[in-house]
Amino acid sequence: MKLTRRSVLKGAATGAAAAAVTSPFVFLPNKALAAPWISKGGTIKVGVLFSQSGNLAVVENDSAQVVLYAIDEINANGGVAGMQIEPVVVDAKSDIKVYSEKISQLILRDRVISTFGGYTSASRRAVAPVVMARNHLFYYPTCYEGRECTQNIINTGPLANQHSQDLIPFMVENFGPKVYLVGSNYIWPKESNKNAKVWLERSGGEVVGEDYVPLGGSEFTPIFNKIRQQQPDFIFSTVVGDSDIALHKQFLQEGFKADKMPIASLTTGEIETRAMGAEAGAGHFLSAPYFQTMENPTNQRFVEGYLGSQYGGGGVTHYNMEETYLSVYVWKYGVEAALAAAGDIEEVTPRLIRDSSAGIKVEDEVSPEGLVWIDPDNFNIWLKPKIGQCQADGQFKVIKAAAEHVGPDPMSIYPERGVCKADGLHTPDGTVRQNVL
Amino acid sequence: MSVHDFWTPFSLLPFLNALIIGISLASIWLIAALGLAIIYGTMGVINMAHGELIMLGAYTTYVFQSLVGVPFLICLPLAFFVVAAIGWVIERGVIRTLYTRPLDTLLATWGLSLILIQSVRLIFGGEPQYVGVPSWLNFQIDASFVHLSGLRLFIVLMAIILVTLTWYILYRTTLGIRVRAVMQDKEMAASFGIDANRVYSLTFAYGAGLAGAAGAMFGALKTLFPDMGSAYVVEAFLVVVVGGIGLIGSVFSSALLGELNSVFSYFTNDTFARFVLFTLVVVFLRFRPQGIISEGMGRR
Repeated sequence: MKLTRRSVLKGAATGAAAAAVTSPFVFLPNKALAAPWISKGGTIKVGVLFSQSGNLAVVENDSAQVVLYAIDEINANGGVAGMQIEPVVVDAKSDIKVYSEKISQLILRDRVISTFGGYTSASRRAVAPVVMARNHLFYYPTCYEGRECTQNIINTGPLANQHSQDLIPFMVENFGPKVYLVGSNYIWPKESNKNAKVWLERSGGEVVGEDYVPLGGSEFTPIFNKIRQQQPDFIFSTVVGDSDIALHKQFLQEGFKADKMPIASLTTGEIETRAMGAEAGAGHFLSAPYFQTMENPTNQRFVEGYLGSQYGGGGVTHYNMEETYLSVYVWKYGVEAALAAAGDIEEVTPRLIRDSSAGIKVEDEVSPEGLVWIDPDNFNIWLKPKIGQCQADGQFKVIKAAAEHVGPDPMSIYPERGVCKADGLHTPDGTVRQNVL
Repeated sequence: MSVHDFWTPFSLLPFLNALIIGISLASIWLIAALGLAIIYGTMGVINMAHGELIMLGAYTTYVFQSLVGVPFLICLPLAFFVVAAIGWVIERGVIRTLYTRPLDTLLATWGLSLILIQSVRLIFGGEPQYVGVPSWLNFQIDASFVHLSGLRLFIVLMAIILVTLTWYILYRTTLGIRVRAVMQDKEMAASFGIDANRVYSLTFAYGAGLAGAAGAMFGALKTLFPDMGSAYVVEAFLVVVVGGIGLIGSVFSSALLGELNSVFSYFTNDTFARFVLFTLVVVFLRFRPQGIISEGMGRR
């Protein structure tokens, strides 16, 4: 075909028409969006967006199960504001593209009022633009690096500053100053290591080496060769998923001893120690706000209830799961607070729930890890970080728990970026920027 | 990042150990690739489900070890025979009807790999499972610069045994003569009374069995979960593509790739080592598309 102006215009018009036909959501009239998110007499729909297949399914399948468990529990106790919750479960297939595709579908087609989802920062980043453009509400229920200030995401896991503050000084004090950093090769481990270095400096430690393996990588002998050369006092690990299991197995096979040079991890929980074999996990350390062995009536009820339910096939509870469980209750209280503010359930919007969630508390009677609350400025969570040591049975013994709650500080090592407040990031030059990623 | 952070300074003893680790990596890659090389070399079938056959071998070991209580050393041949049987069924059921449409075997075996992953996930769940290392392999060699774990030494030995066994079958038995005859010219071999279809079935089953034995060892070494196969199949394809058709080519190429990977990982890091490795493979294939050794055959 000869390229003339007419043919180009014709092509463009056809293309636009085709786009309009294949993606009706983009051209949805605003009237449809003005309809109430919750209709009286109906159910309250929420999205459950986790990977149930692919390499992230190892962890995210548990997340989806525990969200469904929490929803069942709330529904059995009368629901939210007298209405039942209806989960819309979508498989994100461990694929970044699917996350951003499905979040649009959940918001526009299913019209869920909020969505729970994700385990990696990559997935949070994939849904964030859609969530922010639609003024939706997304609950990211696990640890992450911080450095963001968004007005549409609530996070119920520890930030990097809450992880490192206790763990690094504890390790330096008990094992020595020299540390080797090993992580998976993506944003969260790198940012966590930056945070760890700040705390290392404050506690007199030093980094003798830093290495990253690809996500899913399972060959650690070249790194152990370097570790043998550098002789660190401990290893700081931000290796995630199945790679983490290989790391611990090969640590043992290479003849290293956990009492001489332990691994201090931010990720190795009960589900990982079970798969690596307790002998490979024993003696190493984990910083987390929750452990299955925590002794309190709420946790006992949670562990027995969850493992005895149809969702508890995995056989253990772990920190990521508990943080996800909390996010559902944070949401429930948020909806109730929003209802109290609006007076009418049909007036409740995702953004109103978010704004009403400032300072929302999950009390001891509901939270297995004990009282936590949402920060009224940056909408991350206040919690008590704990350090656990893995025992011979693969369960963790809490050997140090923070006496006070530690606040989330997403900009802790980036003070030059500004301060995160409820209305946006207050930058040093006096402007307020919304939705800063 | 400064230059010093990126480059590990040269130090003789760790460097020598990196060479030893290279042998260990090479043996793992070779074991992963052996079955693929045999099947591709003999039948011209690119088996996209190879990684999943490895995964099945690992799960077979898990079932026999954890649920039945069979010792690890017995699990190895069990994994071989169970996966070989599965391979035989696959050949009979799927591959056989597609010999005249080689491109369709790609699609069919890829679909098969998805089916295998999901079936295993349905049966055993998505969470990682555990294969224990027997206590007699829980030792390390620590002599001056050599640091090698018992399990890795065992895998090197197994690689030697499996290659020798395969070489013996191919070059010292009547079956091997038939396989090589079919490899060179299927019609001509058939006209001499060789049942080519039977040879194909046996070859596919044998290649699958090798993948099963590989899986039994990888489960103990690394992690066991339904998607584990995809990690190995990339390395296996690299070995086969660089090595060309035939046993010796695979041995050479896995040794080369393993050493390169280990040495680059030592001086820089794992991510950079892979980047260098893949680049070198592309450059190499530009100049020698038939691989290191082509055994006087036409390209398929």
